[in-house]
Amino acid sequence: MGEHVIRLPDVGEGVAEAELVEWHVKVGDMVREDAVLAAVMTDKATVEIPSPVEGEILWLGAEIGETVAIGSPIVRLKVAGEGNVGQGDVAQSDGGERDAAVKPQAAPEPPAQPRVPAAAVQKPATPAVVESRKEAAVAPTRPSGVLGSTGAPRKEGEKPLASPAVRLRAREAGIDLRQVPGSGPAGRIGHDDLDAFIARGPQAGKVSGLARNDKVDEIKVVGLRRKIAEKMQLAKARIPHITYVEEVDVTALEELRAGLNKQKPAGGVGTERPKLTLLPFLMRAMVRAIAEQPQLNALYDDDAGIIRQYGGVHIGIAAQTANGLVVPVVKHAEALDLWESGAELNRLAEAAKSGTATREELSGSTITITSLGAMGGVVTTPVINYPEVAIIGVNKMMVRPMWDGSQFVPRKMMNLSSSFDHRVIDGWDAAVFVQRIKALLETPAMIFVEG
Amino acid sequence: MKDISCKLLVIGAGPGGYVCAIRAGQLGIDTVIVEAAKPGGTCLNVGCIPSKALIHAAEEFEKAKLWAGSDDPLGISVKEPALDFGRTIGWKDSIVGRLNSGVAGLLKKARVKYVQGRARFRDGKTVEVETEIGQQIIRAENVVIATGSAPVELPSLPFAGQVISSTEALSLKSVPQKLAVVGGGYIGLELGTAFAKLGAKVTIVEALPRILAQYDAELVRPVSKRLAALGIDVLVGAKAKGMSSKGDALLVETVEGKDRKIAADKVLVTVGRRPVTEGWGLEEIDLDMNGRFIRIDDRCRTSMRGIYAIGDVTGEPMLAHRAMAQGEMVAEIVAGHRRSWDKRAIPAICFTDPELVTAGLSPDEAKAQGEIKIGQFPFSANGRAMTRQGEDGFVRVVARADNHLVLGIQAVGQGVSELSAAFGLALEMGARLEDIAGTIHAHPTQGEAFQEAALKALGLALHA
Repeated sequence: MGEHVIRLPDVGEGVAEAELVEWHVKVGDMVREDAVLAAVMTDKATVEIPSPVEGEILWLGAEIGETVAIGSPIVRLKVAGEGNVGQGDVAQSDGGERDAAVKPQAAPEPPAQPRVPAAAVQKPATPAVVESRKEAAVAPTRPSGVLGSTGAPRKEGEKPLASPAVRLRAREAGIDLRQVPGSGPAGRIGHDDLDAFIARGPQAGKVSGLARNDKVDEIKVVGLRRKIAEKMQLAKARIPHITYVEEVDVTALEELRAGLNKQKPAGGVGTERPKLTLLPFLMRAMVRAIAEQPQLNALYDDDAGIIRQYGGVHIGIAAQTANGLVVPVVKHAEALDLWESGAELNRLAEAAKSGTATREELSGSTITITSLGAMGGVVTTPVINYPEVAIIGVNKMMVRPMWDGSQFVPRKMMNLSSSFDHRVIDGWDAAVFVQRIKALLETPAMIFVEG
Repeated sequence: MKDISCKLLVIGAGPGGYVCAIRAGQLGIDTVIVEAAKPGGTCLNVGCIPSKALIHAAEEFEKAKLWAGSDDPLGISVKEPALDFGRTIGWKDSIVGRLNSGVAGLLKKARVKYVQGRARFRDGKTVEVETEIGQQIIRAENVVIATGSAPVELPSLPFAGQVISSTEALSLKSVPQKLAVVGGGYIGLELGTAFAKLGAKVTIVEALPRILAQYDAELVRPVSKRLAALGIDVLVGAKAKGMSSKGDALLVETVEGKDRKIAADKVLVTVGRRPVTEGWGLEEIDLDMNGRFIRIDDRCRTSMRGIYAIGDVTGEPMLAHRAMAQGEMVAEIVAGHRRSWDKRAIPAICFTDPELVTAGLSPDEAKAQGEIKIGQFPFSANGRAMTRQGEDGFVRVVARADNHLVLGIQAVGQGVSELSAAFGLALEMGARLEDIAGTIHAHPTQGEAFQEAALKALGLALHA
């Protein structure tokens, strides 16, 4: 019998660490070769870690939500035969490696902390920095069941159960015992229950049938949600946003779009075209506008103080999925025509929704579109997809009365709410950019006229 | 006579009225109480207290008669006992007298003004009292009606001559030789039993198919057994039709439909009590009624502001301790305290032989609310009951099946009236079977049967 250590493999280009988001196994499980052990998440993509061997799980090296360095041991298996480590040197070699890897970043912490469960001592490969974070997450434990047991105090029509002394006190305090939950046997209300009820303060307009709910659910922010949180925080903390809203008359664009969608593809079989949404037009318009203002299609490395202007227009499309917000990227939009843009958009949206989008498909954008479609509202204040410098927000299209100089006419209007990194984009340039897009969308032929 | 103005006027100094007045006085409320008869009401003068005195005397006399027999197992023998009934009544009256003056003293101590006379509403704030020395007008911010109840008369048997109510039965000059009791409720049985023990030949006539009809048959069985042993005839399903023309017998239609003459020198009619809603000006204030009774809410408020009603005039159960609790509550409400009726149990006792106690829900009432558990422990397995020669009867505990909350407690047996305190407390405190089972009950007492009954309901009985 030998022991086989599985280390976190390199899951993507240039990734140094990944967050463990899911265990598919637990200690004691028997696994076959290629069985999925765990899922880890890098910047955007989730990668499954298969088992290279068959054996029994002896040890798991990380908790869900922990960040694990590439190359760290994550699983130990008992395998038939030799394994890949000698029994004796497991702890030593792992320990040495851990120390070397962790020391530079780990804060000097006392090695033995009272809250760390005893089991943790036997997890030499768990980096200390991770351990301390786990502790922080565990520390604010929920105040035990005292409040949790409150809800509708008792079944309808059932009399509250309390001793005469408790009843008298409640009466004098003006408390309706029917509203007081009882923690005693058979739901008896004691003086403590009354104290707790009084401590919770006066009850605002109690209506029977509506019960207080004092439940507090603790939801660990892990995986994609944590990525989103970190990204949003970074963007809002670092980037001074300037948001510019302009309305666009898309009546002509909508006519064109409807016409194109009605048109049967000329090529016959195999060239079935997707229905066009408004986004491919916007993408084309952005490509045109960026050609005139390349500074909008850039990544600002604020640590290095360098703006990288890109020749290729890689448009991120913010998409809602079951797990949260992801941003699949239409690469080189400048090289895609309207139909190709639409097709690529559909493909990526589908991949993002089904969770099959690759890390590459979910990264590398240089500018982003955010659209909530029919939910788009009148105005949004989009958050820039750091380290980009611009994001174009599409609001809901609606028919509004517009003044044409002599009368009001119904027009299909749509707002664009766009944010820019004001450090590197001046308000003027932002306005010029949006006005250019507006002009292109209002006269859609211009999008397609070369030169 | 100068008018009296007060904050609180109580009409009737029975247990409800005098308790209300005492508590109000203690709370500093300017209180007046009006009573036409003696303080203490029915309970103290012609009810609970004198009947218990008579019952006690009867029990003692019966014991003496037993000892005068030849085969007393205790080995006690006496000569033929004799009864000086006049002295018995005198003793009873002395107890009543002591309590009368006790109540008067307590009222005085609480600075309650006592007005002797018959009160009558003039309007919702004004009452006129006919006193010995003329009419007294009393104006009050709050009035408590505590006029109580009176024995119900049968049209065919009006109270007069040989036909008496419980009031007269408690002040007879001599023990009747033959006593017919119409009504097999607790009053008729208590007095009928007492007179049987005192030497009367007693026949009880009950219109319903059984005596003590509001109690379950199992509970009543030891009482029926004892009545038979005392030689009391019990006619159930029988109707009292009136007196014979000579006035020496009660005419009864039996359950078989036959007419029967029951020779009797006294006919005691105890077919219930009615609220006293006449003679004090109810018509002047026009209160909402609830059947025969005055309608009250959970604070004993009537339909007229500032007018409260307590006790028997407000409905069943017509029990002194209910009236007292209401009276106390109303006094506190008038004093500005927040109170409302929230009692869980009003224990009721029949001082029959053996005694019968109920508190809370009966098994049938409890069953109607959901699944129940019942634990019943017989006194035949209780040491103290044996040593008292009182092995008949049992304690029964009724509890919810799901959380073992005790819903009702019943007992029948010698001296079980004193267990009512424990029963009431258990219910009022919201005890579960485990609470009673887990309380040490002193040995040897009949109270142990209470604990054992709870244990039995839990399937953990030790002595059964």
